[in-house]
Amino acid sequence: MSGRLSAVPILKKLFCCSGLLAAASPVSAEYALNLPEPASELTREVYDLHMLTAKIALYITLIVTAVVFYAIFKFRKSKNYEPDQNFHTGKFGTWSWVLVPIIVLGIDLSISAPAIKTLHLIEDKTEADMTVKVIGTQWKWIYEYMEDDVRIVSSMLSEEEAEKAEGEGYLRTVDNPLVLPVGKRIRFLHTATDVLHAWWVPSITVKKDSIPGYITETWTIIDKEGLYHGQCAENCGRGHSYMPIQVAAVSQAEYDEWLNNKKQEQLAALQEASSDKTWSKEELMSKGEAVYKTNCLACHQANGAGVPGAFPALKGSPVAAGPVDKHIEIVLKGVKGTAMAPWASLNDFELAAVITYERNAWGNDTGDLVQPAAIKSAR
Amino acid sequence: MTAEALDNHHDHGPPKGYKRWLFSTNHKDIGTMYLIFATVMLFLGGGMAMLIRAELFIPGLQLVEPNFYNNMVTNHALVMIFGAIMPAAAGMANWMIPMMIGAPDMALPRLNNLSFWLLPMAAIMLIMAMVVPFFGGGAPVATGWTLYPPLSVQAGMGMDLTIFAIHTLGISSILASINIITTIINMRAPGMTWMKMPLFVWAWFFTALLLILVMPALAGGVTMLLFDRHFGTSFFDAAGGGDPVLFQHLFWFFGHPEVYVLLLPSIGVLGIVIPAFSRKPLFGYKPLVYWMGFLTALGLVVWAHHQYTIGMSVAATTYFMIGTILVSIPIGLMLFNFIFTMWRGAMTFETPMLFAIAIILMFAFAGTTGVMLAVVPADMQYHDTYFVVAHFHYALIPGALFGLYAGVFYWLPKWTGHMYDETLGKIFFWWTTIAFNVTFFPQHFVGLAGMPRRIADYSAQFTDINIISSIGGIMFGLSHLLFLYIIIKTVRGGKPAEAKSWEGAQVGTPGLEWTVASPPPFHTFTTPPVVK
Ligand code: HEM
Ligand SMILES: [Cu+2]
Repeated sequence: MSGRLSAVPILKKLFCCSGLLAAASPVSAEYALNLPEPASELTREVYDLHMLTAKIALYITLIVTAVVFYAIFKFRKSKNYEPDQNFHTGKFGTWSWVLVPIIVLGIDLSISAPAIKTLHLIEDKTEADMTVKVIGTQWKWIYEYMEDDVRIVSSMLSEEEAEKAEGEGYLRTVDNPLVLPVGKRIRFLHTATDVLHAWWVPSITVKKDSIPGYITETWTIIDKEGLYHGQCAENCGRGHSYMPIQVAAVSQAEYDEWLNNKKQEQLAALQEASSDKTWSKEELMSKGEAVYKTNCLACHQANGAGVPGAFPALKGSPVAAGPVDKHIEIVLKGVKGTAMAPWASLNDFELAAVITYERNAWGNDTGDLVQPAAIKSAR
Repeated sequence: MTAEALDNHHDHGPPKGYKRWLFSTNHKDIGTMYLIFATVMLFLGGGMAMLIRAELFIPGLQLVEPNFYNNMVTNHALVMIFGAIMPAAAGMANWMIPMMIGAPDMALPRLNNLSFWLLPMAAIMLIMAMVVPFFGGGAPVATGWTLYPPLSVQAGMGMDLTIFAIHTLGISSILASINIITTIINMRAPGMTWMKMPLFVWAWFFTALLLILVMPALAGGVTMLLFDRHFGTSFFDAAGGGDPVLFQHLFWFFGHPEVYVLLLPSIGVLGIVIPAFSRKPLFGYKPLVYWMGFLTALGLVVWAHHQYTIGMSVAATTYFMIGTILVSIPIGLMLFNFIFTMWRGAMTFETPMLFAIAIILMFAFAGTTGVMLAVVPADMQYHDTYFVVAHFHYALIPGALFGLYAGVFYWLPKWTGHMYDETLGKIFFWWTTIAFNVTFFPQHFVGLAGMPRRIADYSAQFTDINIISSIGGIMFGLSHLLFLYIIIKTVRGGKPAEAKSWEGAQVGTPGLEWTVASPPPFHTFTTPPVVK
């Protein structure tokens, strides 16, 4: 995993110290010390609240520091200062226990008033123009456009792919960004299939956890076109660093066009899957590779070797090189008590293809071809 | 019985050999064992932190696998909290509380022995939890110290060992707490009224109360987890009608008070150290005691501020927000009173005092970031990022660890009979404080910029800050070798310490510990001292 950032330029940057303060390199162009620029009214309010509390925090810290340093320099034995043994019994000493809480309470209240106001904005349940169900699953995001029956799976691009894509770099780029129109009130419903996740794109909305069995809700109206970033914020296991999020906010026209294309694509895929065609090995293998990449690679790895101790290898495994029926059953039903989920939500063609792929890739070479019919009957 | 026979039964010295330690019922020996254990754990947990920072030094996976990385994150926290800070504070309680209140020993000496010896057992289990994944024990515990299901259900055998380790640690803490409370209530010397007790004793009284109240919630939570893992229950499994969020509530009902458990003993130390080196009595002793009690009570009912993002009702969220913001009142008062203890005093700046002043500054800062986090809408951005990591390290390293260092340097002459090397102590202070700030201050910003916690690999725009943080981290780690050297050097020799080792030692408090020799005899106070 070198290549991406060899140690030399980093050290160079460090010692030229320009790197520390945003130089001209593309990495530093992204360099940030604060929450990203808000792209909705909601996040703008949150941002302002954050700046308000941050300022109060800064002032309090400065005041405390000033008072302490004054004391340190004034009241020291080396200056022969005589300690005032009765200071704590004076009027100030007797009454400061009321005074201090009142001052602190005042600060607290002046923070909580705007906080409550913003909280109500976040929890505002006004009817939305559209709803996107955001499903976290180890280790990718699934987006369902509820009104339009469109479903996309969004996974991270590998290091090589990300470089080729010339996008935002590794760990920031996905294959299918979530596409959203600007100016529409969008409701996000968050849930998860396996463990906790959290969909966090700070520019457009706040985060809520994705919890299996729960639906949590956030919303936004994006007011600027652009590409927004985020990543999974709740520890979800081995691939937690590998769940970046990209949101492409586009104009309504562009969005409509995109949506139409997606619908057409899905329709074609559906037709493809339900045809009784017997597929050739090449067709199955190329489709299978694509399905494998989006769904299986995160655990079983690109070379099929798995991760020792966590995820079993498929390369030369008793399942992928053994009886076909068993293989189909495991993929369809999953393995209880492990991270291997049931994949019945994929269609027959996709499953047939990915199973064929697994049985013939990485030198497994069983020569078996699995056709959609076999999946249908196994369901 | 003749007088002579009585005398024979009276042994004044410690038993010889291993029996002195294994069967010890002496509060000083047990205190020493607690402190040694804590030091060992500090280095173990510190080693893990070094590995974490080394992995994060540059983007990419260089040293460890992501699951193992998060196993380090988990055990770093568990080892530091349960292995280093709590035992160190308990060791200090063992040494100091009986001496401070004029008791001959702890009220329940054999229980004391048990509470200590449970700790090494738990530590072995925790270490095994890290080792078994390498020998076919399934996936490591990669959840972080919060152990949230369902992820913790996916982990292998290490999780079961962690659960049993937590049970053992919990029993140990509860027994120690019972002992401390019993001692404080029953064993005070004549005239040592409640309101004359040194602040350290009060702080531990509240700490022990909290532990007894909240440990069972954690024990219950992890037991249910164990059942979910092995016995087919589904307390936390939504598919079986359970609720993953329930565990979070149980955990944080324990977890939030736990941060006060870590904090309060150190606040107690500050309440002793600051008056001593300011040479004037503690400012506002009574309010400090009362507000500490208020903090204890409030601490029990604000736990869900760790769960703002789980989708609670607006009413519940608002309640937890207001409650949490109010925590700043007792915390603010504590800091205020410490500052005004120094005010119009005659300060000198020995190592314990340097730590105390640094704590006031850095802990005040931690409190202000705490208030930022308490604000729900903003926390919905900060939550689970490095901003939180930075906040709690500012709260816990000054608020707990440095407070204990102040205590160690303050009482080292009493414990060992030797003065430590002041120059080295000061070098250690500066080294460790600067390194700490270099490590954790920048993390606030990388968190705001979008770096989540518990990730082994990060994208390139976070690189610069992580490099600084890692360099600071390694410096911070190394400073502890000097700490160890100072301690060993002091134990082995040095300028003999007087009974009253510090000029201001008894200012404002009875300070009974300074009325006995340094080091104190094996049994202190064979006749109760009288406090006027
Ligand atoms: C004015 C005082 C404080 C306030 C208002 C406050 C508030 C908070 C809040 C709201 C969080 C949750 C952040 C999140 O996860 O999104 C938090 C985390 C934390 N705080 Fe504080 N805090 C305060 C002081 C302290 C003190 C005194 C300590 C310990 C000595 C402490 C230790 C922690 C720890 C350990 C965590 C993180 C736990 C975890 O998620 O692993 N805080 N604090
Ligand atoms: Cu808390």
